[in-house]
Amino acid sequence: MSEAMDIGGPAQPLLIAREISKHFHVRGGAKTSRVRAVDGISFTVFKGETLGVVGESGCGKSTLARLLLHLVERDTGELIFDGEPVGAPHGITVAALRRQVQMVFQDSYSSLNPRMPVQDSVAFGPFVHGRGKSAARGVARDMLMKVGLNPDLFGPRYPHELSGGQKQRVNIARALAIEPRMVILDEAVSALDKSVEAQVLNLLHALKQQFNLTYLFISHDLNVVRHVSDRVLVMYLGRAVELGPSEDIFTRPLHPYTRALLGSRPSMDPANRIEEPPITGDPPSPIDPPSGCRFHTRCPFAEAVCAERSPELGEWSERGSHVAACHMLDAGSGHSRAVQ
Amino acid sequence: MLGYILRRILYAIPIAFGVSVVCFSLVYIAPGDPLQTVMPPDATAETIAIVKHAYGFDKPLPVQFVIWLGHVLTGDFGMSISTRRPVILEVTDALANTSLLALFAVPIAFSLGYAMGALAGCFPGRWMDRIVTGAAVVGVSLPNYWLGIVLVIFFAVEYMWLPATGMGPNGSTGFDILQWSNAKFLVLPVITLAMIPVGIIARSTRAAVAEVLSQDFVQTLRAKGLSEWTVIRHVLKNAAPQVLAVMGLQFGYLLGGSILVETVFTWPGSGFLLSKAIINRDVPVLQGTILTLSLIFVATNLVVDLVQSMIDPRIRRI
Amino acid sequence: MGDTVMLAERPDVREEQAAPVTKVRGYWQTVGHRLRYDPVTLMFAAIVLLIVLAAVFAPLVAPFDPYKESIIGRLKPLGWRDHLLGTDELGRDMLSRLIYGGRVSLLMGVVPVLIASIVGGALGVIGGFAGGRTNTAIMRTMDVFYAFPSVLLAVAIAGAMGGGIINGMLALTLVFVPPMCRVAETATTQVRSLDFIEAARATGAGTLTIIRYHVLGNVLGPVFVYASSLVSVSILLASGLSFLGLGVRPPTPDWGLMLSTLRQSIYVVPTVCALPGVAIFITSICFNLVSDGLRSAMDVRL
Repeated sequence: MSEAMDIGGPAQPLLIAREISKHFHVRGGAKTSRVRAVDGISFTVFKGETLGVVGESGCGKSTLARLLLHLVERDTGELIFDGEPVGAPHGITVAALRRQVQMVFQDSYSSLNPRMPVQDSVAFGPFVHGRGKSAARGVARDMLMKVGLNPDLFGPRYPHELSGGQKQRVNIARALAIEPRMVILDEAVSALDKSVEAQVLNLLHALKQQFNLTYLFISHDLNVVRHVSDRVLVMYLGRAVELGPSEDIFTRPLHPYTRALLGSRPSMDPANRIEEPPITGDPPSPIDPPSGCRFHTRCPFAEAVCAERSPELGEWSERGSHVAACHMLDAGSGHSRAVQ
Repeated sequence: MLGYILRRILYAIPIAFGVSVVCFSLVYIAPGDPLQTVMPPDATAETIAIVKHAYGFDKPLPVQFVIWLGHVLTGDFGMSISTRRPVILEVTDALANTSLLALFAVPIAFSLGYAMGALAGCFPGRWMDRIVTGAAVVGVSLPNYWLGIVLVIFFAVEYMWLPATGMGPNGSTGFDILQWSNAKFLVLPVITLAMIPVGIIARSTRAAVAEVLSQDFVQTLRAKGLSEWTVIRHVLKNAAPQVLAVMGLQFGYLLGGSILVETVFTWPGSGFLLSKAIINRDVPVLQGTILTLSLIFVATNLVVDLVQSMIDPRIRRI
Repeated sequence: MGDTVMLAERPDVREEQAAPVTKVRGYWQTVGHRLRYDPVTLMFAAIVLLIVLAAVFAPLVAPFDPYKESIIGRLKPLGWRDHLLGTDELGRDMLSRLIYGGRVSLLMGVVPVLIASIVGGALGVIGGFAGGRTNTAIMRTMDVFYAFPSVLLAVAIAGAMGGGIINGMLALTLVFVPPMCRVAETATTQVRSLDFIEAARATGAGTLTIIRYHVLGNVLGPVFVYASSLVSVSILLASGLSFLGLGVRPPTPDWGLMLSTLRQSIYVVPTVCALPGVAIFITSICFNLVSDGLRSAMDVRL
């Protein structure tokens, strides 16, 4: 389906994000403060992979998703899609980007228009892109079939008549109806019951194979992320703190925050106990983030240098690399535990 | 809190300004030469030219507005065409008479409406509830001037208990409220003015009370062992902000409705003044009356907002 | 760690069958369905229909010519010589004048609301969707007109413009635009922040397309309900304007005007003089109850 559009070839990352930032201005009474939702993030997404993005609430995951789709304008940084810069005069337009990247939202009561039959919601995308009404509906019904919903049974229904899992399937159908190459899944299974979640994850996997898709999977559920992702990006307070292959991150986490996150997972496995002290305190607000390394206020290994300078992530553009933004990994940082 | 009060007052100023702009432009949407609206029809050409210059009609519109505004702020609303008296005097005299009506109508309407609505809300589905709901629908659909006519037919024509029109044997200057021969002229206009707001306020109170009663904290209060009377006091206090808003609106309705009611009863208040001004095409009086009544309404809304926010801290927003 | 993985091992991807299909109804069909089982509303809607038909087919329905005067037959009571509802102060048949009067009243009731819905609705949707400064500018302007009690504003505008049916309708339209704008703006703002609007933007749709297909459908409901409740208010205000002499000119029959001219005659035939008010009251209350019924039917919990 998408081979025809492959411009850069298999080695070219599908998406490169470089130093993306987005600050929001919030009026609290008289003064205006800045919410640093996303503060200088860089990563790559390779063709055909699933990149998982994890972090606590408020770390900027959803803002990042919207930045990648240009639903929100980025303040700084650049986005390169299949080798072409987005929004630049000689690169790819936002409209063209939106034909190739789509998003599946979290299932909420507002993710589908309550006044539209489900098949019309799915057909809206193709309709906007130039198909006629009946042709678009045909595409929609076909798509509903592919996500496992009988179009005759479910097509003319309204969202309030559908269960959570069924609505998510519709959301997926809507995202795939315009045949994108990449799909961003923003907490797409977080609102579902566990058994339904499993079904939907299987569906996503099958669709990825069938349509040769690339996924960006955002979630706060570490188990799910580990299961579906090839590589994982860990975010904290608008910054990337660790990036690497999924298994590496989960078995040998480098960043103290990642280690604490993994340690806080409830586990059924008595052999899986972690010795490190758990996370303390509440996550600080993105309005006034701590100086230097954002995590230093809650890090058990924090030292003076951590409050002064922000650590670098390291080599984030290679496929197999496992890097983390921590002074303890940087020989020249001055941290007492720095690896030499 | 103080900040909210100040901001709210500050916010009322541009509204008042906008109101004055609208009132000012009334002269200009009138057909014909605006000059004709301030001149009696028998003026000579010289007089017209002098007045034109004096009023500044030969100047551009924004300048005219500023001049007019300046006059208004010092209390100079111009001269009435029909009576040749200063408009401000006409308006204040008339307003005094309307205030007399409002003095009785407002407390009656608000307290009766609130009481009925509270009773209906506390006993939903019973006869009081049905009366209140019915009264509200009727009240919203009834022309209040027709109600006045019907009351006059009943009380003055069929059974001559009360007078039909006017403000008493001595008119407005000699009105002595303590004498029944004077006071009986008040009865029908007050009832007419009050009747419709009673229905509407009763319905809003009923809705507010019913809504508050359905909230969880009421159960909690009862479980704590408080007497039913105390619980009801809490409920009424919580229902008050919504009801206050409706009362504020109804006060405005009273101001507006007074036009029709006073015409029916020939009560020399601001509403009657307005309808006379319309018939006589007396635009300065029209402007002055409308400006005064609207500003009173703006002030009332301001007070209602502030009282609401004092009672209910959630409503502090702008 | 194994919980999710074990469940996901199951090969089933297909959705199980949904509940047995009952008739799938659209939103408007649901509304119609609910109305069908609401006898009270239907009854009042029938009365409204009767009033409208009587007004439209007045020449066929009215027993006498509403303009024909009669010197001897003035102010006659109910039932006098075939005049079912008596005669007015110039000897004209009351019933015929009431039927013909319905034309003006209905016109002045419906047209201003219709125009105000379109104009106010458009302004509200624009403001609600654009947000920010545009929205503030529009809503603040509306607030200025909100500062006037409606009767006062209608009388002020109609009075300044000199009366007449066109000016009256214009005044009423101006009175109704701010509330319609507010209703539309509230509905639009509520919809605008929902996820499916973002999803629509993500597919690359333009603003107008989104408004047309996604916003309007959700806004039309509240706007329609509110407009239907305004019709009765409009009829009342219009008759009030006519009562003050700001509506149609005599001898055109109009309920408010009739009440005004008959006022002097209440000592002679009180019942006849009160009749135009009865007409206003019945029409207004029927529209009100139908509007209430519509609101209940449209309050579908989605």
